[in-house]
Amino acid sequence: MKKNMRFYDVYTQWQNHDRWKRIDAVTDKAIRRILGKETLTPADFLCLLSPAAEAHLEAMAQKAHRLTVAQFGRTMALFTPLYLSNFCTNRCRYCSFNSRNRIDRRQLTLEEVEAEALAISASGLKHILILTGDAPAIASVDYIAECCRVLNRYFTAIGIEIYALTEAEYRRLIDAGADNLTLYQETYNKALYADLHPSGPKRDYRFRLGAPERACRAAMRSVNIGALLGLDDWRRDAFFTGLHAHYLQDRYPETEIGVSLPRMRPHVGGFQPACAVEDRHLVQILTAMRLFMPRAGIAISTRESARFRDRLVPLGVTRMSAGSCTAVGGHTEADTPTGQFEISDERSVPEMAAMLRRAGWQPVYKDWQALGG
Amino acid sequence: MQTPNINDPLTIGGQEFDSRLLIGTGKYPSDDMIPRIVDASGSRIITVALRRVDVDAATDNVMQHIPDHMQLLPNTSGARNAEEAVRIARLARAVGCGNWVKIEVIPDNRHLLPDGHTTLRATEILVKEGFVVLPYINADPVVARQLEDAGAAAVMPLAAPIGTNQGLTIREMLRIIIAEIKVPVVVDAGIGKPSQACEAMEMGADACLVNTAIASASNPVAMAAAFGAAIRAGREAFLAGTGAVETLASASSPLTGFLYE
Amino acid sequence: MEIRLNGKRTPVADGTTIGELIRTKDLNPATVVVEHNLAIVPATDWGRVNLKENDNLEILGFVGGG
Repeated sequence: MKKNMRFYDVYTQWQNHDRWKRIDAVTDKAIRRILGKETLTPADFLCLLSPAAEAHLEAMAQKAHRLTVAQFGRTMALFTPLYLSNFCTNRCRYCSFNSRNRIDRRQLTLEEVEAEALAISASGLKHILILTGDAPAIASVDYIAECCRVLNRYFTAIGIEIYALTEAEYRRLIDAGADNLTLYQETYNKALYADLHPSGPKRDYRFRLGAPERACRAAMRSVNIGALLGLDDWRRDAFFTGLHAHYLQDRYPETEIGVSLPRMRPHVGGFQPACAVEDRHLVQILTAMRLFMPRAGIAISTRESARFRDRLVPLGVTRMSAGSCTAVGGHTEADTPTGQFEISDERSVPEMAAMLRRAGWQPVYKDWQALGG
Repeated sequence: MQTPNINDPLTIGGQEFDSRLLIGTGKYPSDDMIPRIVDASGSRIITVALRRVDVDAATDNVMQHIPDHMQLLPNTSGARNAEEAVRIARLARAVGCGNWVKIEVIPDNRHLLPDGHTTLRATEILVKEGFVVLPYINADPVVARQLEDAGAAAVMPLAAPIGTNQGLTIREMLRIIIAEIKVPVVVDAGIGKPSQACEAMEMGADACLVNTAIASASNPVAMAAAFGAAIRAGREAFLAGTGAVETLASASSPLTGFLYE
Repeated sequence: MEIRLNGKRTPVADGTTIGELIRTKDLNPATVVVEHNLAIVPATDWGRVNLKENDNLEILGFVGGG
């Protein structure tokens, strides 16, 4: 990989690669050889996402488990998402916050943010992830920075999951207290991406694709990426997620790189995902990702059922959300407006912690604190 | 005589070499062995040191024993800091036998371990002056990365301290360096036996530099041939791709059984 | 006069050039490098540099090394 390539160039090379034509022809022997290797190449990762690997799920799971415990111990970082604002100017076909959907639009005032922070931190959580829709005139970078400053008083680590920004804007948010960027490409398939984002600033594929890298250059401490599995052939989006993470980890070794594996779930608007991602597929993606990227954090959201999430705990997951609500605010009010997607796992933080301890895992509330913060 | 592999060249500083064994010229029973050692090993890159000439006695010059086709790799041995290493490199280049330099800054006389920090400083300066820089370092992946970023043409992590013949004491660090560094990785120092050089190549190292193990053998020429063969064997094994190493399946309880309930 | 040659005080005739010194010491010019008062002097200039009292001269060449 030449130094002056951007990830878009890497994506283009792999998008049209011969290997996709031969993915159904990957052999059993190849899978076994790959499972015996210490360090996997991107081509190896692709093989582990192929149909042939499905017969080896248990072996992949055992190795993923060993690698995760060796790198991370039996720990699970817990965090809660807080939706600050659902105003949006995009018309993403798959999202409840789509500007065409008639839902109540709200944005928290700074006082309301503080009230939410108080409620959430009462659970003991020290990591928070704040989210907005894509409406820079309303949920502006200034507004988000102000929210960070408020939240800084209650939480030791603040993640942002917002619209794509420039490097300078990321630096402003870092100065205001942001430690983590979470940003999903949704789908790496450029043609499909255009189809799914008919209008709004999010339509700019390359600007979004370059955002995680801009955050790394701005010295964001950690960056999480992912694709919304089911929009495209899941093997492709899982592969490009891993490839993107690998690229970022290689270029920016000082940044902690993580991936999330959100799977499409029902939502207001009736969008049907193109590709069914079965439970065993998600397990294949999770374990293959762990084998390819032993040191990357991996998160599974509350889109998944409680029962399924519990079973995923030993397979390579290192971060889980708890006490989630995908409506704006939601941690203090009884009557909540429409959420971005339906939550399947509605367990509170204490319930999640109890489940983890029963499984022999230690819930971690606080992983990071900036000195002088 | 070794059969060179021209389809799998070692590329350093824009030049291709058909051998992945680098040799030294130190500690030989006599310098006139060198041409036979070069021949037996198949090596194409050879290190020398720079010292004051003895102006009062007409001494043999090592250069007269080194065949013309060899790529010379002067080292900066004797340098205790970056400034001295840079000075020696410039002097070596001025002799007129090329612009390659092996940076060796060893302020530690007990274990002969290199100083990564000053090596990095010297590398930065010499890369800017157009040298082809091969820095000798401890097997530290972070330092290796910094040197790669600074423009080093290769990195040369030790296998074990100079002269100890202990083999790959830093195996795990070497694995990381091989996985993460894109410029050639030349394992240098501490290789005592051909099997150890073979193992380094099997792991994916690009080349090995062997001096003491050849010079101190009872039959240095035969040992040079053995090292050449071992390095070729290790490289071929690496290219062939090792098969599945079945770990003892200790599925105490299945982790994916729930998918089929 | 005296100069410092490879660290040793050495008597040398007044006005000797580096080139002459190399010749008198019977050294092969193609295999040595000369540093005169900490500056490298290319072989093409050896005939033009006259040595002075207390000059520091280093004449170096390659030897065996690892």
